[in-house]
Amino acid sequence: MKFVKYGSILLITFVAVVGVAVPMSATPQSWLEFPLNPMLQQKARNIFFHVPVAWTTVVAFLVGTYYGYRYLKTKNIDYDIRSVSAAGLGLLFCTLATVTGAIWAKFDWGSFWNWDPRQTSIFVLLLIYGAYFALRSAVETEEKRGTLSAVYSIIAGITVPFFIFVMPRLMAGLHPGSKGDPDGAGPVVQFTMSGNMFVVFFLALIGFTLLFIWLLSLRVRTARLEYAQSIHRS
Amino acid sequence: MSSLRSTVAVIRKDVQSELRTRYALNALLMFVVTAVATILFALRSDQPTSTVLAGMYWVVVFFTAMSSLSRIFVSEEERGTTMTLQLVASPAVVYFGKLVFNTLLTLSMTVAVTILYTLVFSTFFVIQTVSIFVITVLLGSLGFASAATIIAAIVAKANTRGTLYPVLSFPILIVLLITVMNATAKALDGEALSAALGDFQVLTGYFLAMTAGSYLLFDYVWKD
Amino acid sequence: MEDRNLAMNQMSLAVAHVSKQFDRRWVFREISFSLSGGESIAITGKNGSGKSTLVKILCGVLSATTGNVRLSLGGKELTGGQVRHHIGLVSPYLQLYDEFSGAENLDLLSRIRAGGDTHVPRTEEVLKLVGLWERRRDYVRTYSSGMKQRLKYAFALLHRPFALLLDEPTSNLDAEGISIVKGVIEEQKRSGILIVATNNDDEASWCSQRVHLGG
Repeated sequence: MKFVKYGSILLITFVAVVGVAVPMSATPQSWLEFPLNPMLQQKARNIFFHVPVAWTTVVAFLVGTYYGYRYLKTKNIDYDIRSVSAAGLGLLFCTLATVTGAIWAKFDWGSFWNWDPRQTSIFVLLLIYGAYFALRSAVETEEKRGTLSAVYSIIAGITVPFFIFVMPRLMAGLHPGSKGDPDGAGPVVQFTMSGNMFVVFFLALIGFTLLFIWLLSLRVRTARLEYAQSIHRS
Repeated sequence: MSSLRSTVAVIRKDVQSELRTRYALNALLMFVVTAVATILFALRSDQPTSTVLAGMYWVVVFFTAMSSLSRIFVSEEERGTTMTLQLVASPAVVYFGKLVFNTLLTLSMTVAVTILYTLVFSTFFVIQTVSIFVITVLLGSLGFASAATIIAAIVAKANTRGTLYPVLSFPILIVLLITVMNATAKALDGEALSAALGDFQVLTGYFLAMTAGSYLLFDYVWKD
Repeated sequence: MEDRNLAMNQMSLAVAHVSKQFDRRWVFREISFSLSGGESIAITGKNGSGKSTLVKILCGVLSATTGNVRLSLGGKELTGGQVRHHIGLVSPYLQLYDEFSGAENLDLLSRIRAGGDTHVPRTEEVLKLVGLWERRRDYVRTYSSGMKQRLKYAFALLHRPFALLLDEPTSNLDAEGISIVKGVIEEQKRSGILIVATNNDDEASWCSQRVHLGG
């Protein structure tokens, strides 16, 4: 866990410094210059933060659903604790992805919200998290709460591939990789990134994933303590 | 084979019960009429585009479904007959029985909405490509009923049901709603059948994935 | 009928280390007993000791937190689908459909259970047994609570279950109803097994064994 903790701090600090400090130039001469995209200008730097946060949201959702599935199979309450902790972090990262995305959209596309397919997807993910927590608060017994919310997150998970693979082709959008994109529509956004940008971007992905693992372990540990305390009290 | 007959028996029981109590059907019909009337007031004499019409069509179906499809499990739970069913039928039999019943209800909803729309919006709700429309409604109803059935099973087991049903259903149904609206607009615009093939694939995939997932998970929800 | 009795003699119910936890509280722990044809057991304990919970676990409608319940025929364990054909339950939690008549309830439930397997409908026989034959065409919603309890007996006996589970067997019943129940119990003890959950010592004494919940 030490490796995860310091690794995430180190990587995110590095990405924050390099992502902001490295100058951009229309004709990059060395590895210490990013190419300047004429459309995005300096705003392109957001890619080091917005995309990894969105990626972590998906990771958190998958982890939460996986632990929900484990709970169904074993009925071990610890898996429910892990599942709900991951979902809580998922909600946090989902909000961050929505906000960073909306700000970027305001400056590049003109308004905070455009109902672009990827914006729609993240909005739906927010709704799923909202529904997930609404369901949890509507069930009184612990076992039932764990079971029902696990089933719901798996059912919601079934629709996720449709958002990733289907919606971008179906709806016209502004994100790269949407219907009508000259580079071709598809699930994987075709980044036209230079080598050095890609390295920073990749490190950012790893950094944010490690951050998620670290935060998850913290949350799970506090949740276990709270659980033990509430048993003690009752 | 015997499971199939049991499933048919469950469907028969629900249909008979519905015909006798008219609980869902009456509410459903009134809801459709009220919703369409409201849209009529809102539009006055404006001519909506086909996208708006297709959207409104499915908005009415969605909210009608939200008001009636959850009954299927909630009524068993409220009357205390859940255990009776558990004693006589396997979870799979109950699930598929309820799924078929909800599909029938959704189909009757779409029939009602289609008839009303054709009557009151006779000048502009004209289905130009009937094949697209029929296939969309059939596949859409299947997908709708499939998602609505498993969510209804979840909601029936919750302590405070209140507004939970639309809250849980909406995020799950968005993909389906966008697709059926898309395809319905194509039917109103008179596009060729081949233009909607992609939508049909999405709808079929959605129905199959949702039904398979629900079938595998239903045991956990159904058994206390 | 003879075959059925013979089969029943080879059947047994084994309950091993069953515990149930609700919201971190153990309702009961480590319940074990086993019964074979002709044996009976009473589950006693005060309100809230988990009698009904145990009955639901025995019927298979509720899963135990730990331990297991096995119904076997000639040493071979029956699967979930088969178990349904050998269990009959009367319980305050069990309700029949209000919008159907007594006979319709029995017909539709046996159709669902049998799934078209060849079976002789025993609707008439069981309705006469519990004294509801005259009222068979009336909706259950018009029944009194005692009549509903009688109808539950008809439902429980419809498929000649090997294991008959009675939770509060005489609630809402009049003297005539109680004597019907006694007859049912005598018949059941001849070849099948009987499980009675009750607070009443008199009812508990119908059974040869006893398991007490809650210390």
